[in-house]
Amino acid sequence: MSLTARHLEENGLPTVIIGSARDIVEECGVARFVFSDFPLGNPCGKPYDKAMQRSIIGTALDLLERAWMPRTTIQPSYSWETEEWRKNFMLVDESNREVLAREGEERRRRQGAVKEKGRDSQ
Amino acid sequence: MSERQAYRSFISYIDRSREYYAAQGYTQPYTWARYSVVPFAPLLKPLADCRVGLVTTAGRRDTETSDGILPRELYAQEADPPPARMFTNHLFWDKKATHTDDLDSFLPLNRLTEYSREGRIGSVSRRFYGVPTDYSQNRTIKQDAPQILKWCREDGVEAVVLTAL
Repeated sequence: MSLTARHLEENGLPTVIIGSARDIVEECGVARFVFSDFPLGNPCGKPYDKAMQRSIIGTALDLLERAWMPRTTIQPSYSWETEEWRKNFMLVDESNREVLAREGEERRRRQGAVKEKGRDSQ
Repeated sequence: MSERQAYRSFISYIDRSREYYAAQGYTQPYTWARYSVVPFAPLLKPLADCRVGLVTTAGRRDTETSDGILPRELYAQEADPPPARMFTNHLFWDKKATHTDDLDSFLPLNRLTEYSREGRIGSVSRRFYGVPTDYSQNRTIKQDAPQILKWCREDGVEAVVLTAL
């Protein structure tokens, strides 16, 4: 998404990204970014919370007009109800290390089988 | 309210995903795009006179497949009426903490239309655009982004909101 925004900017189209993966967007480097510090999935506001969504989209529109230099990030002052998601997302610890290793093996086996099938059909 | 803590509060998805896939046995970490120079196009007229386009990473078709390989689709779709359903299951988001049942939480067509009616923006583009998240940065740069630009120009888009799930 950041790469697409950069391409539009390079060709004269002003852009604003609304997203929740701050490090990925900022490391890539974009012109304007509204950072929603929420679990990934609802960058434009909580589901069914129209007032919050309006506010976040409004912030993005303000940023389109008012940013004067690239790498401008704005963080709206909303927070999620809970904080557990910060710890739980893609968690790796002793409780799931073996399960993750098995899942990885299974995924590689499935993808290998698909590639094999692709070769057979050529 | 102030708090004190020894770590940054926002998640580093670069760190988190690297450790997660390493635990799954992937030995080569994904290398993310990083640029020192960032392009910047100023808005050349008031937003109230601009046509605004919307780009999403969500899919418009059900992309569930039995073999775990994700088909990718770059698309432009009519924005009015807004779609009744979009597909997000194939994307990387926090399925335990939240849901994507309300499209406006990630595809804010209704909110943009409201702003258009109120005169905050000139209009909403007749189409919105879907760009798949892609492991290949080269494909995004060489194929997808130029096509999104082409569609935006066809539709007279003058400013773009991109929402990353």
